[in-house]
Amino acid sequence: MAQKILLKDIDVPGIETFDVFRKQGGYSAVEKVLKTMSPEDVVEEVKKSGLRGRGGAGFPTGMKWSFLAKPEGVPRYLVCNADESEPGTFKDRYLMTKLPHVLIEGMIVASYALGANTSYIYVRGEMMPQIRILEKAIAEAKAAGFLGENILGSGYDLEIYVQPGGGAYICGEETALLESLEGKRGNPRIKPPFPAIAGLYGCPTVVNNVESIAATSWIVLNGGDEYAKIGIGRSTGTKLISASGNINKPGVYEIELGLPVEEFIYSDEYCGGIANGKRLKAVVAGGSSVPILPANLILRTVNGEPRLMSYESLADGGFASGTMLGSGGFIVMDEDACIVRNTWNFSRFYHHESCGQCSPCREGTGWMEKILHRIEYGHGKMSDIDLLWDVQRKIEGNTICPLGDAAAWPVASAIRHFRDEFEWHVNEPKAAME
Amino acid sequence: MLSSEEIKEIEHEVAQVPHRKAACIEALKIVQKHRGWVSDSSLNAVADYMEMSTAELDSIATFYNLIFRKPVGRHVILLCDSISCWVMGYEKVYDAFKNHLGIHFGETTPDGRFTLLPNVCLGTCDHAPALMIDEDTYRDVKEEQLEGILEKYK
Ligand SMILES: NC(=O)C1=CN([C@@H]2O[C@H](COP(=O)(O)OP(=O)(O)OC[C@H]3O[C@@H](n4cnc5c(N)ncnc54)[C@H](O)[C@@H]3O)[C@@H](O)[C@H]2O)C=CC1
Ligand SMILES: Cc1cc2nc3c(=O)[nH]c(=O)nc-3n(C[C@H](O)[C@H](O)[C@H](O)COP(=O)(O)O)c2cc1C
Ligand code: SF4
Ligand code: FES
Repeated sequence: MAQKILLKDIDVPGIETFDVFRKQGGYSAVEKVLKTMSPEDVVEEVKKSGLRGRGGAGFPTGMKWSFLAKPEGVPRYLVCNADESEPGTFKDRYLMTKLPHVLIEGMIVASYALGANTSYIYVRGEMMPQIRILEKAIAEAKAAGFLGENILGSGYDLEIYVQPGGGAYICGEETALLESLEGKRGNPRIKPPFPAIAGLYGCPTVVNNVESIAATSWIVLNGGDEYAKIGIGRSTGTKLISASGNINKPGVYEIELGLPVEEFIYSDEYCGGIANGKRLKAVVAGGSSVPILPANLILRTVNGEPRLMSYESLADGGFASGTMLGSGGFIVMDEDACIVRNTWNFSRFYHHESCGQCSPCREGTGWMEKILHRIEYGHGKMSDIDLLWDVQRKIEGNTICPLGDAAAWPVASAIRHFRDEFEWHVNEPKAAME
Repeated sequence: MLSSEEIKEIEHEVAQVPHRKAACIEALKIVQKHRGWVSDSSLNAVADYMEMSTAELDSIATFYNLIFRKPVGRHVILLCDSISCWVMGYEKVYDAFKNHLGIHFGETTPDGRFTLLPNVCLGTCDHAPALMIDEDTYRDVKEEQLEGILEKYK
């Protein structure tokens, strides 16, 4: 059995309540840091762990924390990014629903390390039940003396607030999220400055994903070195993977990074193979923004090595033959999937969610949606495929935030690996429509 | 004019943030909860109360999908049309809604009971296709279950 860190107590009845969580050893990380560690010690342990941001970009968490500016007399903030809305990603929602105290405990540890006295959890507006669960968990922790003033007599004060979002995918991008928290439209800001220098209300702010924050309690309790022993190379620790699509056992799985992709898809411990005895056609491995790979390339790299669930192995081959771990939204498509149709779905989504600040993204996503629609519905021309390629290339790298790239990559990879399907739609529109 | 109940709830939100304006999205949601949607006069009232211009507040209100600037039915149906639901048969569910309620996306039934809207991934892709009605999530939805589900909403 693989080691479980985040989900180890998932089957304990009542684990969503403070009392049961506490009996299982919950909140001992808070006791440990407040009684025996300085904030710098906590940052050091997280650095040693090698933990990388689980929101998708994989930036080392300890390093981000150590970059936090600390000017005199200016408050610092921790903001938990729980806006999860990347299609195919549902791990944060799962964790918050089943194990809310794992997140709250991590929030206290992280806030202490950063010297934040006010912290926010920005939750998608659609997740009202989760918002209530978190509010209840916060109230329980406060009643037990783990939040509020002078926590456990340490002199450290902390309030955590849950802030519901307004329903906009772009607010998952950290600077758009901060704008939204300030009560504005969620338009991403130009980086740098990174939030660690100028974030919420211009104050130094760390934005971290739910899963990144949740992992820090285990790290301070067991030591960064222990965490770094799990996983492979620079992909340390465990990762929650949201598995969906045409598989026998969709769900959230905690894996040790480095697990072979083939084992993840076919073993009964995880996805349990392709549903209805069909064959694997393609996988989007890291949420809708990452390049799609055909079966042969998701299972093995071009060099014939087994592909592993790790930042490095999934990216092996660059965009020519690789993809990204991203948010861990693992979407499996069987032999019946129509790549053109699915790519159209992605493009429609990005067009709708573009905030409209940059013209390559605002216009380009609209173009791509239109061209893909036309190809899918049998009115496409051969030149449309090259036009599509051209449009996506003009978006990539020319925008304020990576939503533009995220819109371009699925299109580029679909054409790169499945060009014959696009051509077939153009040549045989009738057959393709069926 | 805001009701005293609305004002009480808005002040609760204002207390959690360092600047009054930061609570404006929540203020809009509170008013929407009480009135079903945010009309021009509601918008004006919130803008006054939050000490903001109406134009500024409107540009914020229209940015967010969950704030309705047009009247909606008593119950709002959010049907996920993102990739995993798409792969797992969302279209059959949409067709069933169209047949059953006689409305397309963006429309409200003539009796004002339901508004049907598309929504991005609802975060329950392992049980696709998925939808939400008000705050209830329905997973692994089959066409034949729709009638029974809708019955619960009057
Ligand atoms: N989980 C989800 O639902 C979604 C996740 N994503 C993921 O988001 C990723 C892109 O996110 P971004 O935040 O734009 O990536 P990024 O690479 O700009 O930043 C990653 C994190 O590191 C921090 N950082 C980077 N350089 C820094 C420096 N020099 N000093 C201080 N802090 C620094 C940033 O502030 C941020 O918190 C994509 O790779 C995608 O996988 C995208 C859509 C949805
Ligand atoms: C369009 C877009 C949407 C994003 N959505 C999310 C999200 O829902 N949740 C998340 O944690 N990060 C999301 N991110 C990444 C954040 O900008 C940021 O990198 C992350 O919250 C940092 O936390 P981490 O270092 O713990 O991963 C998104 C990025 C982009 C460009
Ligand atoms: S890339 Fe798109 S979503 Fe990002 S800031 Fe520009 S227009 Fe907005
Ligand atoms: S794609 Fe429909 S719930 Fe995620």
